[in-house]
Amino acid sequence: MNEMELLNWVRGPGLNIAVAVFLLGTIWRLFEIYSLGRKQDLSAPRNAAGASGWHTVVRRSMPPPGMLKRSPVSYISGYAFHIGLAIVVFLFAPHIVLIENLIGLSWPALPSQVVDLAAVVTMAAMVLVLVDRINKPVKQFLSTFEDYFTWAVTFLPVLTGYLAVQHLLLPYTTMLALHILSVEILLVVLPFTKLFHVFTLFASRWYNGNANAHKGVPV
Amino acid sequence: MNRRPTIAEQLARQGISRRAFLKFCAATASLMALPPGMAPAIAEALGKIRRPSVIWLSFQECTGCTESLTRSHSPTVESLIFDMISLDYHHTLQAASGEAAEHAREEAMKEPGYLVLVDGSIPIKDGGIYSTIAGISNLQMLKDTVENAAAVVSIGTCAAFGGIPMANPNPTGAAGVQALMDQGLIARKPVINVPGCPPIPAVITGVLAHYLTFGAIPPLDALGRPLNFYGDSIHDRCYRRPFYDQGKFAKTFDDEGARKGWCLFELGCKGPTTHNACATTKWNDGTSFPIESGHGCIGCSEPNFWDAGSFYKALSAPADPLSFAAGAAVAGAAVGVGMSFMNRAKKSSAKAAHETATLKDLEK
Amino acid sequence: MSASLEKGVAVLKEMIDAPIASYFNSCVHCGLCAEACLFYTETGDPKYTPIHKLEPLRRIYEQEYTLLGKLAKMVGLSKPVTDNELEEWKELVYNSCTLCARCSLVCPVGNDIVYMVRKFREGMAVSGHAPEGLIGATTRAIEIGSPMGVKLPAVQAQMKHVHKDVGIEIPMDQEGAEYMVLLSSMEIMNFPEYLGAIAKIMKQAGKTWTLCSTAFEATNSGIQIGSSDLAKVIVNRIVEGAERLKVKTVISPECGHAYTALRWDGANLVGRPFSFKVLHILEVLDEFRAQGLLKTEGFEMDRMTFHDPCQLVRRGGVVQQPRNLMNMVAKDFVEMEDAGKYNWCCGGGGGVSANEDAEELRLQVFKIKKGQLEKTGAKTMVTACANCRIILEEGLEHYQMDIPVVGLTEMIAEHLAESKS
Repeated sequence: MNEMELLNWVRGPGLNIAVAVFLLGTIWRLFEIYSLGRKQDLSAPRNAAGASGWHTVVRRSMPPPGMLKRSPVSYISGYAFHIGLAIVVFLFAPHIVLIENLIGLSWPALPSQVVDLAAVVTMAAMVLVLVDRINKPVKQFLSTFEDYFTWAVTFLPVLTGYLAVQHLLLPYTTMLALHILSVEILLVVLPFTKLFHVFTLFASRWYNGNANAHKGVPV
Repeated sequence: MNRRPTIAEQLARQGISRRAFLKFCAATASLMALPPGMAPAIAEALGKIRRPSVIWLSFQECTGCTESLTRSHSPTVESLIFDMISLDYHHTLQAASGEAAEHAREEAMKEPGYLVLVDGSIPIKDGGIYSTIAGISNLQMLKDTVENAAAVVSIGTCAAFGGIPMANPNPTGAAGVQALMDQGLIARKPVINVPGCPPIPAVITGVLAHYLTFGAIPPLDALGRPLNFYGDSIHDRCYRRPFYDQGKFAKTFDDEGARKGWCLFELGCKGPTTHNACATTKWNDGTSFPIESGHGCIGCSEPNFWDAGSFYKALSAPADPLSFAAGAAVAGAAVGVGMSFMNRAKKSSAKAAHETATLKDLEK
Repeated sequence: MSASLEKGVAVLKEMIDAPIASYFNSCVHCGLCAEACLFYTETGDPKYTPIHKLEPLRRIYEQEYTLLGKLAKMVGLSKPVTDNELEEWKELVYNSCTLCARCSLVCPVGNDIVYMVRKFREGMAVSGHAPEGLIGATTRAIEIGSPMGVKLPAVQAQMKHVHKDVGIEIPMDQEGAEYMVLLSSMEIMNFPEYLGAIAKIMKQAGKTWTLCSTAFEATNSGIQIGSSDLAKVIVNRIVEGAERLKVKTVISPECGHAYTALRWDGANLVGRPFSFKVLHILEVLDEFRAQGLLKTEGFEMDRMTFHDPCQLVRRGGVVQQPRNLMNMVAKDFVEMEDAGKYNWCCGGGGGVSANEDAEELRLQVFKIKKGQLEKTGAKTMVTACANCRIILEEGLEHYQMDIPVVGLTEMIAEHLAESKS
């Protein structure tokens, strides 16, 4: 298979399969998780201002008092790469073209040089996060193969995309094909790994906030 | 017409006298610091060298490549035919036709070491019946002609990679020359691919001039294309590249961005994945090229360019519409609902089977 | 004795719900929960990471309730949870967790880890993996009526003692009283001033109140060991007593888990909403204060600080009331760092104080509370939970700090304005 054939495959059947598996997996897993239901709380609620599931969905993004000092890398590098990923994925013009083709929505892009910078910051932050995972006793203790695998599966799209746009390492056609392939791998594994937190974290925060709001504690 | 004229004979035909020719040889001898007595030897040698024979085979083609060749400005097709090569067989350009034309080809094939130029793809399905000349299938004619050839130059994307006839569903089983060699259907010979739909005129003649001057295949890329013309992508030499780098894209034809000459990536330009000389050598004696005229590159010098999705879909967009996204979502819902039932049933039965804990249950 | 692994797994299958499934699927192994837990911060041992305490529950969830987990179990890629593993996890689930819930407030993906630990204890309890000390306390709570073995005669003796002390008769079984007051064994045994304080405050406020002879014990060992069925037996006594005496409000005393058990778990344990209100004594005092029914005079002049009992503040929602009451009688009240809903646990809740095996660890992790106290420069520590009081006293003694620990209700009562009539 030459590089044009590979590119045509990943843009065609490859994408078809990856999006299909992603949709299938996500919908299946959402049903599987939330079908278990939750018992109603029969105790008399205490209502407090600013306390609700929805508040927590937003507020839990802020580090609680004292936590930033205890684990700065978790928060700072964590935010850097999440925000960086969002910028690179959603505000890069060629990606907006892809999204428009998939779901019909589009919005203005950021200048490509800014996205380039965001990609570099994202990769640097991700490397820091990996180093932290290896160096910190608690993270090291908790980490399994899945943690490192999902890190790689998230890092490679950013790396290959950056290399493609910058025309580094491999000829563009091959680099672009590898980039699209790496994104397809990410899509396929997302619903079945901890990457699924992309969807479940909202409900988790909501359940948490809701339970505590019942007692009048804004969390 | 039995044998090709020697250089001496050729010069005589062009009106250069024997005397002038010998004077030329004496001057050449003294230039090369040879004794004057060498002049006759030089005359004899030049008298023996013949222009290389070239057989041009046209198969499943649209004649666009020949049309492009005739517009070459440097070297011109005339100077090519009359000065550099002996074009012994070419459907469009030769004066002869019918049996006489085929006879010319057979004569030229008697002396091995000729150059074969091919344009058009070669159909191989159903015994190659889909394109024949004088009752002979293209495949057979190519096989016979290549047997004693020194090298093959595949002119145009059809000859190089199969081109448009090979596009989905490829009803004729069209293939390029290199593919036929790889499948063992014709003898393996050195191949130079000069793709494009059509190739740039000066690229065709330039490649031939290189081969004739140096007598060797120029350096080629992984797809057999001369690096000096196909080494860079359009994107790498495109004058609109700064706009790509900044993210300034025309969204529709003739919108504000288009009129400002912004990058045509979103309008489907395949410049980044296409290797050719369009952005530097350009077309019509260097007048312009598609992007400069406001239309994205269609990637015509790459294999499978016709099947690479719409010309107007950006490289980052899917090549084909997603055909089973909806089906996958439904399947996911089915699995999910199935699991939901199983989960709830398991939980219910666990609840129903609940044994009220007593103090006895706290210890084994 | 009928505890078994099968019973444990069976009850865990009942316990797993959508929130728990959502939490397990959201965890990204960031380890921030450990940074919020005093058992990790004061020992540096990663095994005390809160989410790690739930590892066996996670496997059970995946194997029972996910398609891929079921397949993995079938082909042997995922091993079933063993009895030995649960025994190994005993230390993590009981010795090094006070159900303080600080981890639940910190997890960036929103995991309510304390909710999961509480549910996991259900399985640990009936598979025979609860600590001995807790089993003893629960046994006494069920059979005798109090985890410390306090019976009605002891209560009646204290009633007489307090009557003599403050000159107010302590009512018992008064039908139609507005408030039914509950006590904790700890108070009956160690802090009898509490009952006297209640009597004085109620008199000043002009409110009717009563004890209940069949339901004087507020603490609920059932929720600490993690058995809802046993917790229900204990709560039912209170519900029955309150309904029989037709009181409007039941007052939970200065005890953290008693409040959680009655105010928040109670209705869910008995399966129906209560017909009476449940308030913590501090909530009642603050209501009186707001209504002008609580009059104090004089101030404590020493620098004081307040320790937030986890079950009352972070998990109970009684956050502002202690502050209002402190300000009534303390001239120099300073909040410690992280005061309020993010305060650090005393280290002895959730059954840890009843667990002898956990004593050494508990004293080690007390360092964080010690640090908080030292930073304030306070001469006295005030709190509103009898268990916290004992633990704080023990901790301070262990580190040779000569700082008294005082109950807030008691302190208020000491400053009650003398009646003019």
